[in-house]
Amino acid sequence: MFNRRTLITSSLAAFALAGTACSAPSNSGGGSGPRSMLLADGYEPSSLNPLLGYARYGAAKFYDGLLAFDGRGTLHPALAAEQPESTDDARTWTVRLRRGVTFHDGSPFDAHDVVATYSAAVDPAYAATISSDLSMLDSVEAVDEHTVRFRLNIPYAAWPARMLMGILPKDALAEAAPQDRSPLNTEPVGTGPYRLAEWRRGERMIWRANEDYWGGTPEVDEITVVFATDDNTRAQRVQAGEFDGTVLPPTLAGRIGGDSYRTVHHDTADYRAITLPSDHPVTGDAAMRRALNLAANRSGMVESLLGGHGTPAHTPVPASMERYHAPEARFDFDRERARRVLDEAGWTPGPDGIRQRNGTPARFTVMYFADDTLRKKFADAFASDAERVGVRVELAGVDRSEAAERIGTDAIVLGGGCPVDPDVQMYSALHSSMIGTGTYRNPAKYRNDRVDSALDAGRNTVDPAERARHYKEAQRAYVADPGLVYLAFVQHSYVMRRGVWDGYEPVVEPHTHGTTWGPWWNVEDWTPKS
Amino acid sequence: MERRGLDTEELRSAVWPARRAGSRSAAVLWLVLRRVVWAVPVLLLVSLGVFLLAAASPFDPIHQYYGVRIYDASAADVARVRAELGLDRPVLSRFWEWLSGLFSGDLGVSRSMRQPVVEVVTQRLPWTLLLAGTGLALAVVFSLVVGTVAAWRQGGWLDRAVTALGHALEGVPPFVLALLAIAVFSLGLGWLPVAGLTDAGSSLGVGQVLEHLVLPAAVLGVSQAPWLVLHVRQSLLTALTEDHVNGARARGMGERIVVLRHALPTALLPFVALIGARVPELVTGAVLVEEVFSWPGVASAVVTAAKAADYPLLAVLTLLATAAVLLGSLLADVAAILLDPRVATDG
Repeated sequence: MFNRRTLITSSLAAFALAGTACSAPSNSGGGSGPRSMLLADGYEPSSLNPLLGYARYGAAKFYDGLLAFDGRGTLHPALAAEQPESTDDARTWTVRLRRGVTFHDGSPFDAHDVVATYSAAVDPAYAATISSDLSMLDSVEAVDEHTVRFRLNIPYAAWPARMLMGILPKDALAEAAPQDRSPLNTEPVGTGPYRLAEWRRGERMIWRANEDYWGGTPEVDEITVVFATDDNTRAQRVQAGEFDGTVLPPTLAGRIGGDSYRTVHHDTADYRAITLPSDHPVTGDAAMRRALNLAANRSGMVESLLGGHGTPAHTPVPASMERYHAPEARFDFDRERARRVLDEAGWTPGPDGIRQRNGTPARFTVMYFADDTLRKKFADAFASDAERVGVRVELAGVDRSEAAERIGTDAIVLGGGCPVDPDVQMYSALHSSMIGTGTYRNPAKYRNDRVDSALDAGRNTVDPAERARHYKEAQRAYVADPGLVYLAFVQHSYVMRRGVWDGYEPVVEPHTHGTTWGPWWNVEDWTPKS
Repeated sequence: MERRGLDTEELRSAVWPARRAGSRSAAVLWLVLRRVVWAVPVLLLVSLGVFLLAAASPFDPIHQYYGVRIYDASAADVARVRAELGLDRPVLSRFWEWLSGLFSGDLGVSRSMRQPVVEVVTQRLPWTLLLAGTGLALAVVFSLVVGTVAAWRQGGWLDRAVTALGHALEGVPPFVLALLAIAVFSLGLGWLPVAGLTDAGSSLGVGQVLEHLVLPAAVLGVSQAPWLVLHVRQSLLTALTEDHVNGARARGMGERIVVLRHALPTALLPFVALIGARVPELVTGAVLVEEVFSWPGVASAVVTAAKAADYPLLAVLTLLATAAVLLGSLLADVAAILLDPRVATDG
């Protein structure tokens, strides 16, 4: 007791990490054996309701989608019995459903549950926050008890990416009311591998294996997730042997790895980028945009800001989305060329080193969310790279409301991303038809006809190989006339106890991370080491 | 406040015979009634104030409702959801809706907790009451003992230490005290757990909760104690010079009896009133202490609700705090009437 308490927590004792004070943890195994697991998470979900966006890209634990992400860029059937069938115009999708599946409350799963879930998601009366993801859905019907058909209002080949959301039982959706008062927020009822056994708000959650799971009862049958927001606190407690794993910033995670814990860094589609508003006299200039992309030292940022745990980003598509990634669509880091591009476009250095053209100084503001230190660091690094080629970038820490007001005219550090489909990753960020449809949809008003038509072609084409060609073309077209400065894809870092379980598989992650993703994205398939 | 000759017991039995006791409790009842009636407009105004403040704050509740989904949402969908949730209506109409719900027994739904407000309060209030009650009890017992000893041995080492420390602690905010206590007792000495209601992975049990209660309750108690200690000491010193105490000494009574039976009861009266007056401090102290110790009470929910501009929860929590303050002052007044017959019921 004495030793363990000594080691526990708080940033006050963060220094102990660097020293040897923690070399002999006295308490091993927070869980009471290989069948139970104790994890710590830095973030507590506010709701477990898929209609409010809980686990909308899968790994939902309590829920299954029609499809599931395999960790490397392919979607495979989950509640669907086989891959969905599409008509050639990608407007009608038919899904045959798995039989013999039951919800946690014992009710059988069938086509009506799928219809109820998707209908509620787009019905304004339910006030679902994921409705915009499904804006292309025209209608959904039960063809028979075990077949559903989706009709879309546009050709949309990326529809399978919208089939990852958890399916709810129809009875839970009988009343058309805003979901903020739904019991599903705290008492999820799904078909997933785990049931929620207990949730003490602000403290912890306990998941218990669903013995009736259609994929077989998970062998790790009890998982406790403790919420501890402070990174140093979690690191200390892991090092004291209290937890079987947690999510940590890369450097902290790296220090904990050793004999008892393994550190893993997962690739993601989670980018950080600077928008360049088209309406601004400086950032709207094509030469300026090109020069800023050449001037950004992306590998330097990955090294210094992420401790090497990230990859440079040139477009929204990361190398980890293998078959959709165009490696030639990139910007070399070349300050001389950036200066030349600016010189040729008439941006000449002024007396204070800041360039100007026709009396317009090369000066603009980059906003970042004041509560996000990583974004602030990216903004800082970008500003100093821009300064080196004679462009003055001023920084402004803002809150969400102010950002929403200024986003059309001032640049901002954006972050996000999802690896399940390039349409999700590119369309709303770059397509000109998205301008003005939402605060964070193409907020800098980027217009590029070649990009537009490639992205549209990607939606119209069902054949995967041909789709990949269109998205590679979109990346090349974007790089020829960029509208943002994509800086990096950040890796997500985790530590997990060694030698207790088999079944870990790396995964390419979306922006969301924590204990639902991370090494535990497929924890239902883990087995105790023999 | 002049006092003469007789001690409280003798005074009460002499001046207020049994016949008058009835009118006395009637007076108390009248006071309580009047205060309750007054509480209604106060609570109304306070809750209206909360709605107006939340409306004026830069936090947009729709961001809280959407979370990260806001980045993909279309403006049309956001506007629809805003309308569906009633967030586009003027603040006064939302206040009216909340108020009429309140009278029909529906406290509304907390958007930040995604739970009915009733559920948030019933889950969290017991933990806050446990923490605040224990903290207050610790503070009262501690200050009575230490204050009495300090006054009894005025100028002794304990008195000097208590006075100096008391004045110093008055200026230390509870969260500084909380962080210090964690650094010393949890991290340094390893005697007590750092935060939460139980250890990670343990189930909710009396032993676990008690172990986790010690540090936050002690911090809350100690942060309230300086005023009480110094007050007990000061009023006991005053009482010790009064005539009835001198009289008791003159009658040859032992010093212990003089202090505990004659001086202390006189000194206790303003002390009871002071405890009532400390309730607002106790409430703010609880907010800070619960935040630092991740104690899952209503006070830490205030912070979440405020950041999310979560009107229904914020209003109810503010009402609870206001009610606690009003109740504190009422109890202090009632106690004063019951303890001292010379106190007139106000009005």
